[in-house]
Amino acid sequence: MTTPLIEARSLGKRYGNVVALSDVSTRVDAGAVTCILGDNGAGKSTLIKILAGAQSHDDGDLLVDGEPVRLERPKDALDRGIATVYQNLAVVPMMPVWRNFFLGSELTTGRGPLRRLAVKDMRAITRSDLASMGIDLRDVDQPIGTLSGGERQCVAIARAVHFGAKVLILDEPTAALGVKQSGVVLRYIAAARDRGLGVVFITHNPHHASLVGDRFLVLRRGRSIADRIKGDITPAELTALMAGGSELDDLSHELGATSL
Amino acid sequence: MSDGAVVTRPTTDERLTPTSWVTRLLRRPAVSAGIAALVIFVFFSVTTQSFASSAGIATWLESAATIGIMAVPVGLLMTAGEFDLSAGVMVGFSGLVTGVLTTHYGVNVWLSMALSAVACLAVGVLNGMLVTRTRLPSFIVTLGTFFVLQGVNLALLKAIIGQVSIQGMNRVPGFRDVQWLLASRTSIFGMQVQASVWWWVAVVALGTWVLTRTRYGNWIYAVGGAFESAREVGVPVKRTKVALFTATAGCGWLVGQISLFRFGTAQSSSGIGLELIFIICAVVGGCVMTGGVGSAIGPALGALIYGMANLGIVYAGWDNNWLKAFLGVMLLLAVLLNNYIRERAEGLR
Ligand SMILES: Nc1ncnc2c1ncn2[C@@H]1O[C@H](COP(=O)(O)OP(=O)(O)O)[C@@H](O)[C@H]1O
Ligand SMILES: [Mg+2]
Repeated sequence: MTTPLIEARSLGKRYGNVVALSDVSTRVDAGAVTCILGDNGAGKSTLIKILAGAQSHDDGDLLVDGEPVRLERPKDALDRGIATVYQNLAVVPMMPVWRNFFLGSELTTGRGPLRRLAVKDMRAITRSDLASMGIDLRDVDQPIGTLSGGERQCVAIARAVHFGAKVLILDEPTAALGVKQSGVVLRYIAAARDRGLGVVFITHNPHHASLVGDRFLVLRRGRSIADRIKGDITPAELTALMAGGSELDDLSHELGATSL
Repeated sequence: MSDGAVVTRPTTDERLTPTSWVTRLLRRPAVSAGIAALVIFVFFSVTTQSFASSAGIATWLESAATIGIMAVPVGLLMTAGEFDLSAGVMVGFSGLVTGVLTTHYGVNVWLSMALSAVACLAVGVLNGMLVTRTRLPSFIVTLGTFFVLQGVNLALLKAIIGQVSIQGMNRVPGFRDVQWLLASRTSIFGMQVQASVWWWVAVVALGTWVLTRTRYGNWIYAVGGAFESAREVGVPVKRTKVALFTATAGCGWLVGQISLFRFGTAQSSSGIGLELIFIICAVVGGCVMTGGVGSAIGPALGALIYGMANLGIVYAGWDNNWLKAFLGVMLLLAVLLNNYIRERAEGLR
């Protein structure tokens, strides 16, 4: 077995006396999609904040390329090739698409006090990069807030891919999207995987997960209730785990009793 | 050429409905300030005798310049989502420090100016650190430094020199040299243009360069537009804000020195109240109070409007208290316009 890009060993995280995460283990491999599933409040966002360096873990070990690390700030993760697309997409709505694309990693020309933004290059790269991922933008100068949810998601993914991410973390990228737009985003996830990236895909939709996933980590109340690879688990089992088997039975009983 | 052999690709996207250049221009917030400035210029030129005379123009340009040098950094700060209420009193503080050191302690004039700069920049850094470390609203933090500096200016000056204003500044050795640099006149087209106008132009040019053509400018927009997003993509958000507070203090120092050497005196109450004028100029110039939108030229145009109205009202023979009412109306109009523009930009999703 090759060294995973990221390995989590019994990670734990507390906020004051709230245990947000405890004893969670999983791995992320190159060219594979690790899905993190769970209901609201299960600890999904907490786990990826640890992977992304937005917060550091309290217990357990985090290994990047086989080496134990502690990510103190987002830059630590970025420097190791771990790029995160948060639910807010980390975009600035009023800024043009191209400025958003290069935000924090702007291209410059010239030296010393004459060092300035390479505006033309950045516009051209934004346009061609998005086009190569099949995103056909009207105008890279339009504020990114005027794009549709799916388009913004794709710009954020294309940005991470452009900056040489080895691991791409996506926090519920399909949560606010319709069926068609979700399909577009799932296709980009597959495209990123096929480029050899390790993808961490957070979702509470087991159908979306089974379409692209290679490994499934299911969380509930901050604990891991399953960490399986594709083939070890059927979509139906995944759905049942997610909803919490017996609770789902109760629900169907309850609904069945009241419906016609 | 045979029919249909050449498929001409449309060079522009068909979904992009052609927006007229007028609409596109009006969407730039600074442009509306420019139009307002033009209207005001024409109005006072037509209704008063001396407004458009060379002496008149030189006078309102100077008035606009002293406000404008500060309105630019205050506008950039607003673009980054922050306020600096200590910006006005900083101008007074700057002049008083230099004035006391030279006239009372006999310190060399250049050294005094340098020490004053260090003191001002230190307050700017303090403002920035307090805001970014505590995450308290800058409105509150700088209201605090505003009152502290106001107290220092009034009480400390009285305690040291026993008076409320600096006396004998023009007898300080080297006074003329500094005056040449900061407060001399240049004759252009028969106008006696004050040096402050050149400093103003320089600050606007620098501000525009930084904001639109450097990485740092990109970060200013980003920290104001979406702080968490900027942080997540690796923008040094705290450094960006601290630098802006420091730059604002630096410009406050410059204006303080200019007026000290222009008039040869400074009062312990100098600058109090100007902080709100700077903010009004920035908003009139299209900077949005909640951050993310702004320019350097906009606040400068806001200051130009202020300078022209300030003098035009006097030339027209009106009670100059009307200036306040006029500024209030301009502010409200600008806020309504900015709000409309922002809703157009953000609301299309
Ligand atoms: N900053 C925080 N402070 C205190 N509790 C938090 C914080 N962030 C998350 N939590 C708690 O941790 C638990 C897991 O939250 P989260 O990771 O956001 O879940 P998910 O993303 O799966 O919906 C929740 O009970 C939540 O209330
Ligand atoms: Mg979440």
